[in-house]
Amino acid sequence: MTNLASTTDTPAAAVLTETDDGAARLHRNLFIAIAAVLVVAPFVAYPVFVMKVLCFALFALAFNLLLGYGGLLSFGHAAYFGMASYVSAYTAKNWGLTPELAILLGTAVAAVLGTVFGALAIRRQGIYFAMITLALAQMVFFFSLQTPRFTGGEDGIQAVPRGKLFGLVSLADDRVLYWLVAAIFMGGLLLIYRIIHSPFGQVCKAIRDNEPRAISLGYRANQYKLMVFVLSATLAGLAGATKAIVFQLASLTDVYWTMSGEVVLMTLVGGLGTVFGPIVGAIVIVAMQNYLATLGAWVTVVQGVVFVVCVLLFREGIVGVIAKAIKKPL
Amino acid sequence: MPEDTILSTSGLTKEFAGFTAVNGVDLKVRRGSIHALIGPNGAGKTTCFNLLTKFLAPTRGTILYNGRDITREKPAEIARLGLVRSFQISAVFPQLSVLTNVRIALQRKRGDNFDFWRSERTLKSLDEDARRLVEAVGLSSFQALTAGELSYGRKRALEIATTLALDPEMLLLDEPMAGMGREDVERIEALIRKVSKDRTILMVEHNLSVVASLSDRITVLARGQVLAEGDYAAVSKDPRVVEAYIGSGGGHGHH
Repeated sequence: MTNLASTTDTPAAAVLTETDDGAARLHRNLFIAIAAVLVVAPFVAYPVFVMKVLCFALFALAFNLLLGYGGLLSFGHAAYFGMASYVSAYTAKNWGLTPELAILLGTAVAAVLGTVFGALAIRRQGIYFAMITLALAQMVFFFSLQTPRFTGGEDGIQAVPRGKLFGLVSLADDRVLYWLVAAIFMGGLLLIYRIIHSPFGQVCKAIRDNEPRAISLGYRANQYKLMVFVLSATLAGLAGATKAIVFQLASLTDVYWTMSGEVVLMTLVGGLGTVFGPIVGAIVIVAMQNYLATLGAWVTVVQGVVFVVCVLLFREGIVGVIAKAIKKPL
Repeated sequence: MPEDTILSTSGLTKEFAGFTAVNGVDLKVRRGSIHALIGPNGAGKTTCFNLLTKFLAPTRGTILYNGRDITREKPAEIARLGLVRSFQISAVFPQLSVLTNVRIALQRKRGDNFDFWRSERTLKSLDEDARRLVEAVGLSSFQALTAGELSYGRKRALEIATTLALDPEMLLLDEPMAGMGREDVERIEALIRKVSKDRTILMVEHNLSVVASLSDRITVLARGQVLAEGDYAAVSKDPRVVEAYIGSGGGHGHH
């Protein structure tokens, strides 16, 4: 497993994964810039579109935490995203939970699911790990398909009420809801950044780089792998649960394997193993889906071409290429 | 005297689907010694090594470390007992800096390694020790480079610094000189001698001149069994050892 992320001859962003003080300053400035963009965005762009980008960006960030920093390729992240989305939608609609509680509950369910699936999957490495995550996610899909009483089956859970935040602030207006979503996104981003740059993150990177060596130094590698898996699944769940409130919808699309594929695509296009890459990747992919929607099914073809071009020309992804050019980790 | 033996095996055996790679090996490593495990290709040295470091599970036999049965322990656990191995291929963390490589080892005993909410700045207190270790292996001017950028010999040196960061009671070195140029061999040889002062070292090594100059005791393996044991002078004169080496084409070109 050491190296699903970095079997390539020119390791993606390899020389650049560490943070010195200069890089830390750069990152702080980037966080301020992102915050500024978040403040301005709803006034220059359609808020629902921005919220969609933010949800998927958080999803991609969570996925990248696992693959880019844990070296674990999950091909079943839709399970956590989708299941959290269902739980959040169901509890908001049928139990009348306030949106923050619905989101929290959805996220918690994703955490539990991630713990169970992660514990099973980390017993195998490399492609077998990826296959197990895919198989488990497909089970979640079939479960969702077979339990229309809970998931609404083919129709999904529609007309989810956005409700009132803490029972006080109505989120019906997009521009109000936006601030909640922006706050969740920023919180998630900062948390992931902290995880990557924590003592725990250091050990994860070591295990990603060379698992047998980390074990020989006395690290119980599987415990770290499980922990990073659960963190990633939980944050993917947070993204899915939030998405359900934003679109007032949870559907089979959210748990289908193509959703797992899409998040891989976003991460690779943006830059695997970079902090900010998944955000850029999510913007590119979501924008493509939105603005090329008139092409119908051809969007998939365009996505495929983008993916091939990306892998052939710049394997490090957009942000990875920039990081290389400025010789700073991003 | 049993208290002088740090690591011992009895009847250590490993079978792979119909093939016995290691067959009833009884090994005793004296505390504070440098013990070499040699033998022609296919003698079972590496398998034996992987059994001792728990990267393979033995079919039969027991392994005692400081009188404690470690036959069924997991690899990470024996490292925690002070028995640390190196690898044949250079084992560094290629995407981390030289200094961080060493710090990862220092970090292990801190007990806050699952704290994902804490800043890595808390690790800065380890930098001083890490720098000292990096300096000890002559890598000071490379400490900001990522380990993947180092030359082969320097990666080996970094690996030793990382291993020493754990302050292990016993080191298991898997062909420390493999693939090294002459200068590197001399440097690593001096380093091994230096670190052996208050530790026990067991190494698998092909370079017989290194084995001759470093080791106090040598165990020769052939076809998975102990063929001879003693100091270099005794072992090199043993006709069975000579035959085993010549019979297999003279070992590995080191004479």
